[in-house]
Amino acid sequence: MKRIALVGMPNTGKSTLFNRLTGAQAKVGNWPGITVDLLSARLLLGDQMVQLVDLPGIYDLRGFSEDEHVVTTFFRQNRVDAALVVLNASQIERQLPLLAQLSRLDVPTVLVLNMADEAAALGITIDRDALGGKLGVPVCLISAKHGQGMEQLRGLMLRALRGQVAAAGRGQAAPLDDDALEAALSCAVHVPAQASHVLTERIDRVLLHPWLGLPLFFGIMFLLFEAVFWLGTPLQTALAAGFSALRTAALEPALAGLPPVLSGVLLDGVYNGLGTVASFVPLIILFFLCMAIVEDTGYLSRAAFLMDALMARFGLDGRSFVMILMGFGCNVPALMGTRVMRSRGLRLLTMMVIPFSLCSARLQVFLFFIAALFPPRIAPLVLFSLYVISIAAAMLTSLLFKRRFVNSDPFVLEMPPYRFPTLRQIGLRGWHEVGHFLRRATRFIVAGVVLIWLLTHFPASAAPGGAQTWAGHLGDWLSPVLGPLGIDPKLTLALIFGFVAKEIVIGSLAVIYAQEGSALISTVAHQITWVQAYSFMLFTLIYTPCLSTIATIRSEAKNRAFSVLAVAWPLALAWVVSFAFYQAAHRLWT
Amino acid sequence: MLSTSSQTLDALEPGDCATILALDAGQQGLYHRLAALGLRAGKTVHLIRRARFGGPFHIRVGTTDLMLRVPDARRIRVRKTSA
Repeated sequence: MKRIALVGMPNTGKSTLFNRLTGAQAKVGNWPGITVDLLSARLLLGDQMVQLVDLPGIYDLRGFSEDEHVVTTFFRQNRVDAALVVLNASQIERQLPLLAQLSRLDVPTVLVLNMADEAAALGITIDRDALGGKLGVPVCLISAKHGQGMEQLRGLMLRALRGQVAAAGRGQAAPLDDDALEAALSCAVHVPAQASHVLTERIDRVLLHPWLGLPLFFGIMFLLFEAVFWLGTPLQTALAAGFSALRTAALEPALAGLPPVLSGVLLDGVYNGLGTVASFVPLIILFFLCMAIVEDTGYLSRAAFLMDALMARFGLDGRSFVMILMGFGCNVPALMGTRVMRSRGLRLLTMMVIPFSLCSARLQVFLFFIAALFPPRIAPLVLFSLYVISIAAAMLTSLLFKRRFVNSDPFVLEMPPYRFPTLRQIGLRGWHEVGHFLRRATRFIVAGVVLIWLLTHFPASAAPGGAQTWAGHLGDWLSPVLGPLGIDPKLTLALIFGFVAKEIVIGSLAVIYAQEGSALISTVAHQITWVQAYSFMLFTLIYTPCLSTIATIRSEAKNRAFSVLAVAWPLALAWVVSFAFYQAAHRLWT
Repeated sequence: MLSTSSQTLDALEPGDCATILALDAGQQGLYHRLAALGLRAGKTVHLIRRARFGGPFHIRVGTTDLMLRVPDARRIRVRKTSA
């Protein structure tokens, strides 16, 4: 099958073009020597199937950044039959040197000038044929967002595959040097002296206002957070109800004939695991719908601008701040959202920090313990202190690790003009991200849930979730480690359950203490002290958020050592913090 | 007012225009990145605003808007052309 590669600078709408050409069937493939995800898809061109590969956006081909390295490696190790070089038509003067660099690859090339509608609105005129003649490559003007010029592009792609198109710079006698580019630009492109986006300037004057900018930013973030989690949480609940209804109505009767162990593994292990995976789907869709809006409108880079003075001190940037903030709803989509950061060091540091955000699942556990052990008068203060510790743990982690994960890319970000994203763009984003999560995390999460089920239900003679199970023994075995934190074997069992998902901690306590509802609250209140409870909450706050978070870190970082560190460091920090608190508080108050 | 003295980009005030004289980018990577974003000798740069609390600069070169941190702005030598 013939292969066409999409190359171009960042912010040229390359991915929009990819989606426009291929629809929603793109998949992530493995390529020799390349560790980042590359989307590829098949499309029918004329009468042949062609593979289209979307390469990361690059500024040049010298290979200083990781993305540039990925592109050069891809061309070196894979056969490429044609290249589409995508440039932003309104920035053609600055971006054209990339075409000259790509001419070294000696691949038939089509120059695609995207966002032609924006260029026209700025008064920029481009003589397509004159430009193509000077550069020796066919040129087409398109708007990938609105689908204009696509027929012409398809025709040129077909011609390139038939060998009717030369490699860039090969079509004419002179090589494509700076002088040749200058000559081509001066004869075919006219940019008015004052070409600026008037509307964008007006909006920036408000959104980047010296005093209003930050309050507006926090207001927008608040609305976004509310939109994702106040809409997402009921959907999550409804989905969970659907899963359990299906279970009682169809699966339990169907599996009734099986031995209890087998039906237990299938229902409480595999099926609950699938339920856990599914519960993230509404959140991921809503999160990426909102992120697509924030990103595609151009506001994300404004957020980076506003928050940079603070975040630079922590080795992070404003985009990290947005993701950490979103982590307070749910860590999983926030971790996936770090993909907008192209510097690996910056991205890994952000991924190290996000799991400390006190997510809504942990909040449920804290609300339970606070209600059980603290008088209503000081309950809000207790909860507030946990949020403070969550932020402090995140800051401490970034300060400790910022030298280890150095931001390798120069921090020079483009601030694109404000744009209206199309519904199609927003929808495709949510669709792609959910597919990505399901493919990458499902097996890991289901395996983890089955494992915890086995630990808490074997040997078969023990009461499920009780002290005689393997998990109970594990709790006893861990008591020299967790005892000094005031975490007794019963609470240790809850922590082991909590490793799967914080949502099931309260449910597991009901099993462990064999009580429910208000009876459970009063039992817990009688059996542990407030010092123990706070120590338990500190540990729950800081240690591994959940299996799904680990699965996401693992699939996003694609690095075993990093994934181990991302689990081990919070565990160590959780132990130290809980130990220090419990020992001090225990001596002072009991 | 036409000034002939050269200064670095971080010394400009919001609203100023200047011509880029040279990039003193230490590493090759930064130099190439700045060049690819349009920051080349001879080009006109326009300082639009600066973020609070010592934050980055918002500049415009041609039709491209960029944000730039202070250490990077110090590497760009310019001559102010108008106030």
